[in-house]
Amino acid sequence: MSFLAKVFIYPINSLILADLVERFGHKPLTMMSQIREKVTSLSLDSPPINITPEDPKLGLKYAAIEVPAGVRGRMSLIGPLIEQAESAIIVENPPTDFGCVGCNRTNELTKYLIRSKGVPVLEVKYPESDEEARDFVNKIVAFLESLPKEKSEEDEKAKEKEPAEKEGKK
Amino acid sequence: MTETKKEEITKYIVISSDKVLPSDAAMKIYESEFPVTVKETCFGLIVSGARDDVETLVEQIRQLDKNHIFVKDRGFPPGDERRCRASRGGGPRPGFHFLREEVEMLPAIGAALDELEAKECMTEKRKAKCRLKTSDLEKVIEEELAR
Repeated sequence: MSFLAKVFIYPINSLILADLVERFGHKPLTMMSQIREKVTSLSLDSPPINITPEDPKLGLKYAAIEVPAGVRGRMSLIGPLIEQAESAIIVENPPTDFGCVGCNRTNELTKYLIRSKGVPVLEVKYPESDEEARDFVNKIVAFLESLPKEKSEEDEKAKEKEPAEKEGKK
Repeated sequence: MTETKKEEITKYIVISSDKVLPSDAAMKIYESEFPVTVKETCFGLIVSGARDDVETLVEQIRQLDKNHIFVKDRGFPPGDERRCRASRGGGPRPGFHFLREEVEMLPAIGAALDELEAKECMTEKRKAKCRLKTSDLEKVIEEELAR
């Protein structure tokens, strides 16, 4: 499947945002894809562990050593997504910020990093009524349609192959 | 040679439609004869299988009522011991709370998508009406000159 642009979403596991982004042809960068890689890899030994002692070390790239291990562990999953992001949609005041995405320090750091990355960011409020939902959808759709059209994954792969073929010929 | 294993993915199909029930969508998947695992839930379906199969199926299901059927990825496969309620002694699984909150908002989001689609149709119709063919323009000019 080819996508136009990689869009980082906050809340990072949102159904509505992930669906809207995919519906309009872009690739949502979500926590679910990161988790899938983690829990389906053979290196993971036994349930219920899904964060290994290595993860807080990887998180050091995004947060200092004094920061709690929970923040660093989460950042080891969210950080690579921020690096890939070509644009972002941030929803303020989502109703539930608890559970695995309920760490407020991680959320603040995530939002700070994505805002300071310099990519186009849309900030909207979580809708609470039908009218607000209409505005919410309209703003997101307008933003997604305004995003620069990136080359498809197939084109990128083809481009990657070309130099390799050239090298092979040499 | 050993056969390489295809990438397995899992997706949630959340149904907030007046026309389609989770059981209808499940039947549609059974009819399609794709080798995927389907789990029916209170909010919709969980579909798991090879990436191509799941993506094709999800697109087919979405077309049943495209503005009221929502899809997202899931990290854990269905029935995974680390998340499944059966092995955790009951209660909602982690991650369900946020999904439940979002499901409450889906009718409004679906209605907004419907409106957006209707608006697009209107603008397309207007465009079609406004567009004047060059041959028609020539006729108008000729008529005007003939007066």
